[in-house]
Amino acid sequence: MSRTAPALDIDAILDDDATRIIVCCGSGGVGKTTTAAALGLRAAERGRAVVVLTVDPARRLAQSMGLTELDNTPRRITGNGSAADRVDAANGGELHAMMLDMKRTFDEIIEAHADPQRAQQILTNPFYQSLSSSFSGTQEYMAMEKLGQLRRSGDWDLIVVDTPPSRSALDFLDAPERLGRFLDGRLIRILTAPAKAGGRSAFKLLNAGFGIIAGMLTKVLGAQVLKDIQTFVSALDAVFGGFRQRAEQTYRLLQAPGTAFLVVAAPERDAMREASYFVERLADDRMPLAGVVVNRVHQASASTLSSARSYAAAEDLETRGEHDLTVAVLRLHADRMQLAAREQREQEHFTSAHPTVPLAQVPAMPEDVHDLAGLRQIGRLLAS
Amino acid sequence: MRQPAGRKSTARDSDWEGVRLHVVTGKGGTGKTTVAAALALALASGNRKVLLVEVEGRQGIAQVFDLPPLPYEERKIAVAPGGGDVYALAIDPEEAMLDYLEMFYGIKRMGKALTRMGMIDFATTIAPGLRDVLVTGKTSEAVRRRDKSGRRVYDAIVMDAPPTGRIARFLNVTQEVAGLARVGPVKNHADMVRSVLASPETAVHFVTLLEEMPVQETLDGITELRTAKLPVGGVFINMVRPTTLPDTVLDAAAADRFDLSELALGLKAAGLADGKADASLIAEALALEVSEHARRTELERRERGTLDTAGAPRYDLPLLADGVDLTGLYELAEAINEQGAA
Ligand SMILES: Nc1ncnc2c1ncn2[C@@H]1O[C@H](COP(=O)(O)OP(=O)(O)OP(=O)(O)O)[C@@H](O)[C@H]1O
Ligand SMILES: Nc1ncnc2c1ncn2[C@@H]1O[C@H](COP(=O)(O)OP(=O)(O)OP(=O)(O)O)[C@@H](O)[C@H]1O
Ligand SMILES: [Mg+2]
Ligand SMILES: [Mg+2]
Repeated sequence: MSRTAPALDIDAILDDDATRIIVCCGSGGVGKTTTAAALGLRAAERGRAVVVLTVDPARRLAQSMGLTELDNTPRRITGNGSAADRVDAANGGELHAMMLDMKRTFDEIIEAHADPQRAQQILTNPFYQSLSSSFSGTQEYMAMEKLGQLRRSGDWDLIVVDTPPSRSALDFLDAPERLGRFLDGRLIRILTAPAKAGGRSAFKLLNAGFGIIAGMLTKVLGAQVLKDIQTFVSALDAVFGGFRQRAEQTYRLLQAPGTAFLVVAAPERDAMREASYFVERLADDRMPLAGVVVNRVHQASASTLSSARSYAAAEDLETRGEHDLTVAVLRLHADRMQLAAREQREQEHFTSAHPTVPLAQVPAMPEDVHDLAGLRQIGRLLAS
Repeated sequence: MRQPAGRKSTARDSDWEGVRLHVVTGKGGTGKTTVAAALALALASGNRKVLLVEVEGRQGIAQVFDLPPLPYEERKIAVAPGGGDVYALAIDPEEAMLDYLEMFYGIKRMGKALTRMGMIDFATTIAPGLRDVLVTGKTSEAVRRRDKSGRRVYDAIVMDAPPTGRIARFLNVTQEVAGLARVGPVKNHADMVRSVLASPETAVHFVTLLEEMPVQETLDGITELRTAKLPVGGVFINMVRPTTLPDTVLDAAAADRFDLSELALGLKAAGLADGKADASLIAEALALEVSEHARRTELERRERGTLDTAGAPRYDLPLLADGVDLTGLYELAEAINEQGAA
């Protein structure tokens, strides 16, 4: 027996003034960035002041939205050219967008929380440069940090967040905690304060060990390294108290009723399985799930003609040696019907595991989505 | 090429004769892990011994082969078509660091103590490039490893590498550790790794789909590697769909000159329509599908043209309708062998 999922009412979410944050998450390449941009445009054209926080949009999409500069601040998007390529502001809404620059965001935190001299010390330290540009999780942390900043600014009534193509897709929930744990770790405490560990015996031991470690690190990594680590860590120590706290604030912000999570998925077995995992994980973290967007769904226009009949008819015409064109078209149609049926089954499978989760489908476009007209169309399809 | 002891391999033509380290990169989700696994099978076929390594701690290889999580240990995971062994290793940077400490300083026990203190985690996390040089170092070691009689232990190593956006930095180890060490043991280690990675024994392959973003990333990645003087391998176009329609029909559909009346006639001849009106209704609906297909095919053709400018050999890997399982991997391996990529 097939199950029908409740429909996901996108416009109800976009139009509700209480919705302040929409987070699009999902596994790599499923259409998170496209969905986030399409939702942002639709909400703006329905009258809301929106900012879309995107991570690595496709080049042409970025260009067509006027997002060519990676300057880490929101820019107003109006579009240009014909009406279809402009943001319709008739309902009083506005569309802004920004591309996340994680290193810049990190630098800004350091600059805001350390005195200039100390900030300089941190920013030029090779360990900082490594942490800020390649620590896995930094991008996620910075995306959350930026979200917190945008929300606190109060300049927008809706923030649509795109999430990074993560190793595992909910890294953006875990990474802030991980980075915080890392910066709060025992080792950092030892490195920063070998002197103040005098009192307790365990610390004494560690402290004694510290000399050996220091000697070894020097031997293995070279002499300059330990000094760099210590400078870095003690300089960072002054600012990272705030890191954890802000990460926690943002995390709570995500749990608040004004947030709506959308899990974007493709209608394939592995992708739907992953979507299941997200849905469960969001529930575990008490994050408010609005629904699942099944993107790039294949449909057949001549849906009354079954794949079995098409295959049979194609076979028949072929043996008669007639109507080559029809044979080819019937085969194409039959393949498509089968694909559509398979995708349908994957969605039903998901729904039987999560019967209350609303679903919305977006058909697979024949071409990439890379302009405002294309985004508008995706938005319309999402809402229908 | 000198053959390892005890195995007789069949000679065959491959575009990558002489390459012993195959690095597989590509945009996220394009099929790096799948293609790396299939390439390892293809390289092993004909009684060879191949090591498949993964470097991102995601247990992707175990998933593809439907196995429990792999330890930090080389173990046999599959047999190639026509004989040959695929071994796998999930490289863990912390373990590689301990190996490194032992290999160069004979201080494994000390290393364990450091691990408990979080020192190894700390060092491999934030020391610039250290993590990558340990991982590529472990791989290079396997590439160069010989047994007691001086023969190569593995005929080839395949690495399921980080995605295109990070690949140049990942492989450009000497550059990466420059901020860490201009002289000293790490620097020497990085130089050794570099000599393997930049040699003609290495090829960096790209996996892509016929879509704009992955193709663009492939071109960018290739340029970056060339700038860094790292050896570019082939481009594996993954998930290629069979073309059902002849070019003439596609061209006509793309140019809005699709022959609706002929299709309607065919439908009637096949007994799929009751009468003329019905036939043309169905024909119109089908024509819409044809036109979408034609536009998609046109886009794919364009992306192929763009890939041509990269000047790297291309290989097509079919879309597996039922997803990737062991049978599917063998099918991909066969396609790889047939096209001379292995
Ligand atoms: N419904 C659709 N039909 C056709 N193409 C689509 C559709 N949705 C997205 N695409 C295309 O798929 C590609 C990937 O989409 P997008 O960049 O939004 O994915 P993503 O989830 O953000 O990827 P990543 O994980 O790499 O950030 C883009 O080229 C986009 O144009
Ligand atoms: N030729 C193919 N036919 C059908 N499905 C495929 C094919 N190649 C890969 N896939 C599927 O596509 C998905 C992504 O593949 P894979 O995990 O190999 O990509 P990846 O590039 O390693 O991803 P990641 O960036 O997450 O590591 C998987 O679900 C896989 O089963
Ligand atoms: Mg994206
Ligand atoms: Mg992978």
